[in-house]
This record gives sequence, structure tokens and C-alpha cells, in this order.
Amino acid sequence: MGLTMAEKVFSSKAGRSVQAGEYVVLPVDRAMCHEGFLLSCAKLIASGIGKVWDPEKVVVIMDHYVPSPDVKMAEAHAKIRKLVKQCGLKHYFGEREGVCHQVMVEKGLALPGDLIVGTDSHTCTYGGLAAAATGIGTSEMAYVLATGDLWFQVPHSIRVMLNGRLPQRVYSKDVSLALAGRFGSEFAQYRSIEFSGDLVQDLSIDSRLVLSNMSVEFGAKFGMFPVDDVTISYLKSIGAEDIEVFSADDDAEYERTCTLDADGLEPMIALPHTVDNVKPVREVAGEKVDQVLLGSCTNGRLEDLREAAGILKDRQVAPSVRMYVYPASRQVLRQAMDEGIIQVLSSAGAVICPASCGPCFGSHGGLLASGEVCISSTNRNFKGRMGSPEAKVFLASPATVAASALFGKITDPREVG
Amino acid sequence: MIIQGRAWVLGDNIDTDLIVPGQYLMASLEDQAKHVFEAIDPTFVKEVRQGDIIVAGKNFGCGSSREMAPQVLKHLGIGCILAEDFARIFFRNAIAVGLPALTVKNISGKVEHMDEVGISLDSGRVIVKSKALEFFAAPLPEKMREIIDAGGIDGILKNLAAR
Repeated sequence: MGLTMAEKVFSSKAGRSVQAGEYVVLPVDRAMCHEGFLLSCAKLIASGIGKVWDPEKVVVIMDHYVPSPDVKMAEAHAKIRKLVKQCGLKHYFGEREGVCHQVMVEKGLALPGDLIVGTDSHTCTYGGLAAAATGIGTSEMAYVLATGDLWFQVPHSIRVMLNGRLPQRVYSKDVSLALAGRFGSEFAQYRSIEFSGDLVQDLSIDSRLVLSNMSVEFGAKFGMFPVDDVTISYLKSIGAEDIEVFSADDDAEYERTCTLDADGLEPMIALPHTVDNVKPVREVAGEKVDQVLLGSCTNGRLEDLREAAGILKDRQVAPSVRMYVYPASRQVLRQAMDEGIIQVLSSAGAVICPASCGPCFGSHGGLLASGEVCISSTNRNFKGRMGSPEAKVFLASPATVAASALFGKITDPREVG
Repeated sequence: MIIQGRAWVLGDNIDTDLIVPGQYLMASLEDQAKHVFEAIDPTFVKEVRQGDIIVAGKNFGCGSSREMAPQVLKHLGIGCILAEDFARIFFRNAIAVGLPALTVKNISGKVEHMDEVGISLDSGRVIVKSKALEFFAAPLPEKMREIIDAGGIDGILKNLAAR
């Protein structure tokens, strides 16, 4: 019997062949922490253990509260800096580099075949580079910091076959929303998703990361892409060495195959308040929006900002709308500056914000008042997610978000020249 | 271990933002507790009692990895969560903070608000006396049971440190 990608990663770490359903305790290759590090490290110290198992393997990136919105958070950041020093961590990026998941990818800290845990549910993003990566809570992270190990159930796998070609102004975000709409918000509960099909070769790493990132919105533990020429050329461009080239065996066993044809796909949108409440954008076109959010670990990469700029070039964001741009990283921001994208967005009236999580998770940096409507390129639209529980959040692609900014109402990006 | 309490019945897809909205994540546990389920049931925090049980539908705890979600429910006195199924990270987090979370198929829609529910963690037997109903929960993996018995990951870490 052949192995899935998840089974291959777990088998390689276990040093024996393991199969879906088994429980295993395995060493992780990396432990990624955002501000959650403070809670995990505090537990480590309170328990009397006090030091991390391997300072080379722990990564700390501050992004959720950047810049710190209040004194309480400033104090928390100060404690984190102190603890990072005390633990002698080698990979610390402070609040300078951007959203943790994008930074992990850009810095070559998430590589094919790696087993990675992170204190954030969107840690599964690294599956775009064939890493088996998943989110955990801060207590489990404390255990990882102490021992380097964690217990896992080897997941069953679901193959998501993506066929055809994406039409004009339809993107991987639309694919992920279409998957949520068609198969539901938990079709991959506790499963590993493997993306395959002939669309995959057309998808850039930026686009793949969107699908891997959104995998947790279907309940998935991992959202993995096989390693191909696109992966290898991206990894070489960031200086990665010893790239593990692997994919599932031809006779790997999948619990289920879900198929989606890209050819007839339209721009899609998730309506409040669940990610699987999905319709084609044209069916809700015309709904007035107050806030437009472009960015996040889902859709704040260069490709995303470029698409939005293509729509907003030499145009103006509707006066009734406030548009916030949160690039996924400092590197994305710099590249977008080099390409003139930031000039276009700013000239159009968008507010350019620091590379960080911003209001995506509802803490600060652009929260919504009751009765307000936001269209966002982020990943969740739960009630109360981005401020008032009486506000509404719609999720869509960067192009749909930009087109909607232009008219102050939800707009199908294909309607804009 | 036997757990007994009154049921709070909730639906499908109860997400972590409904449990602890993002804007309160940096607040103390006491302050977070004031906002639990405020967007869907403002009576919850006023009337919840030590030992109460949550009975929910599918995908309980979907969303964020914030551990405050199970932690604040435990803080409010919730003794156990029964659901058709759980979102993966919430499930792990509940166990990690020592809050039993059990998957019980077909329980949704059968239990009413404030029904007395009894749960045996060892056998997985769940009974609703007033309705003469009996369910069986999926057994917790051995590793998770160890964590519950240690009182959560904090207990496991203390044991590790003592070794």
C-alpha cells in the first residue's frame, strides 16, 4: 500500500512506516510562535523546566498586536523580548518582518517534508511548500518547547482534485471559497488535504499558500501541495538547499476525492457569518460596504496587491469607503513599493498599514462599528470576528475586494475594465 | 470519573470568536468570561453554574487556536462539552486545559436546555435521566485521557519537571 504525503512525513519522523489512524509521539522540526510565546514560555517557567529543548528550532515572530495598540500589549511585547533573550532563541524576528506565516515561508523556515507546529490556526499555510504544518494551542506549545515532541494522530487524507484553468479575474481564493461552499466548513475535519490535478501546475506559490491557508477553514490539519518545479524554483530563489522532492505514492489511499473544475468558476464570496456560506459575487453585487480590507496571511502577498492595484490604477476608492492595506510582510511591502503598487494603492485613497495581522482577528487596527459592512480578503467572517457582533464581514479575493472599494458596494471584478 | 450537570444546548459551528471575541483576548480571564456567547445568548454568562455541561452540534470550536476558548468555559464552571464533533484545535486545547470534550454522535436535537446529563468518562456512557436517553461517546485516545487525568498539560509539565 502506498503512502499519502502526510503518512510519508510522519513515517520519516517515526523511522518506520506509519499509517492513517495511528497515534504517534514525534519530534517536530520547528515550533513557530507569535505573541502566544509569552503564554507558552510562562508555563514552561512555571513548571520548573525553564529552558527550551532546542533554541535553533523555535521561531518567534510578533504580528498580532503590531504596533502595540496599548500599554498592556507593550508590556507583553517587552516580556517576550526578554524571554527570547533568556531562552537564547536563534530565530527571532520581533515586529519588524510581518505576519508570522509569510515570514516563515520567506525565511526558508518551512520546507518540504518538515513537521511544524505553530500557535496559530493558519500554520497550515506552509503546506503550500509541502510541509506538514498545523496549529496548536499555547499549552501544547509549552510541552513542545519543553520536549521538542508532540503527540499526533496520523490523519486520513482527502484528495482535492483541481482541474482546468482559472478564468479571468478568478483566483485561488475563489477556489477555496468554492470548496467551502460546495463541501462545507468541515469536510476535511481532522484530515490532511492533498491538492492535485492539472490546475496545480498553473498556481504560483503565492496562490498555493492561499489554498493551504484556507484549509483550516474546512477543518483540515494540513493542506499540502506536492513538490514540483514551481516549488523548487521558489525555494531556490530564497536560497533553500537540500530540497526534499516528494509527493504521494500513486497507490496512496484517500478517504475521499473532492473534485472542482476551475474552467467555469466565477468570483466567489462568503456571506456572513460562516466561511461556507458562499455564493457567486454577482448574486450579492450592489450590497453597500463601509470598509475594505486587503491583506493578511491569506491574501496579503505580492500577487494579491498587484491584482488589486491593477483594478485601482488611476482610479479612486469611493469616498464612502475606507480601505486598509495590510501587506503580509515587510518583504512584500518592499517589492510592492519597487513595482509601484503601493503608489497606485495610496493614490487611489487606500490607507497603507504596517505588515501585520491588523483587524483580521478583531483586536485592533480597523474594527467595525455595529451595522457596518466590510469586504475583506482575510479568512474568517464569524459574528464579532472583526469588531461589533452587529457588523457583517464578507470574504472574497483581492480583485473582488478592490473592485468593491471602487464603487463602495460589492462588485464582480469582471465588471471592471 | 463521573460528571453530572445541567445542559446548555447550542447549535452547529460554534466558533472561537463566539466563545471569546478577539477584542477581549488580552483581557483577564475574569473579563473574558463576561463576554462568552454574548453575540448569541446573553443569558449564558448570567446563568451558567459550576458543573454545567454544553451539548452542541457539529464543528464545535471552529476557528482560531486561542486556548482562552476552552479555558474561559472551564473558568465559568463548564464540566464537560459534548458535541457531534469538534474542530481539531479546540478539541486538543480543551483536553490541554483539562476540560473533557467528548464526541457523541446523534446527541444533537435530543437534549433540551437544562436537562440533567450524566457522563462517565471511563465508559463513555452519557445519560439524560428525564428522557431515559442513553448515548455512548467515542473513547478519548489514551494520550488525551492521560492529560485529563493529570489535570491538563500544566500537570504533565510539572510531572516532567519532577522527573
